[in-house]
Amino acid sequence: MVLSAALFSIGLYGVLSRRNAVLILAGIELMINAAILNLVAFGKFDKVHDAGQVFALFAIVLAAAAVAVALAIILQVYKYYKTINPEDIRQLKD
Amino acid sequence: MTAELLIFYVLAASALVSALLVVSMKNLARALFLLFVTLFSVAGLFIFCLADFIALTQIMVYVGGVLVLMLFAFMLSNKELLNDLQKGLTGFFALPRWQALIITAGMGFILIHMAINMGSNLPKWVTEAAREGKIFTPTDHTEKHIGLQLMTRYLLPFELISLVLLMALMGAAHLTRKEPKP
Repeated sequence: MVLSAALFSIGLYGVLSRRNAVLILAGIELMINAAILNLVAFGKFDKVHDAGQVFALFAIVLAAAAVAVALAIILQVYKYYKTINPEDIRQLKD
Repeated sequence: MTAELLIFYVLAASALVSALLVVSMKNLARALFLLFVTLFSVAGLFIFCLADFIALTQIMVYVGGVLVLMLFAFMLSNKELLNDLQKGLTGFFALPRWQALIITAGMGFILIHMAINMGSNLPKWVTEAAREGKIFTPTDHTEKHIGLQLMTRYLLPFELISLVLLMALMGAAHLTRKEPKP
């Protein structure tokens, strides 16, 4: 659990400090992985219902779907603004 | 037992070090390849929690799918995407680096403090399960268990997640399609 907490913090630092949208996505991935690690670690004690492992599976699948959509959005934003630094993207309307 | 402990610490250290390098590396390609290392070590840690099926899924979905997707996304796109990241030190994600570091240190301190304190007073169901012997042992076959539970108890979340996956697929394909020439 200490390990998972440390991994989550590193992911949070990645999200807050990077100015590249792809690497911010990587930081989010690290945070999701830390959460899944906790789920699996406590899933060891739930032999009857298997909740930890099943929901770890669900979380992995959801993260994969989120990454696909986020990458598509990043590519579109890059095509429009010619930058993937979130600081430079100020307007939402076209 | 000592060999197990040694392997656990090696995996944990490689996960942490490569995760630190991922968030501090300037080069995008190197950072993404280091993310491979992190995800592989986390998969190894899953095996230590006796969840081998989850570990295999992690390797297949993350290493096989997500990271290849990320690498392709930035290799197929423009080369300037790599270059214009190097300059412009002023623009962080609305936060300079030291502020991000302070927030992260606070959050990490709280989480680690909680995790250490948790060791002495675990939740009740954990201690009960440990007392009644209802925990996984290394000789269990978890795949059959998971498959049965997925089709009976967790059928509704399973179907919902398949729906979400379909929506994500269609959304991603719709977002990246080429605009027709007017």
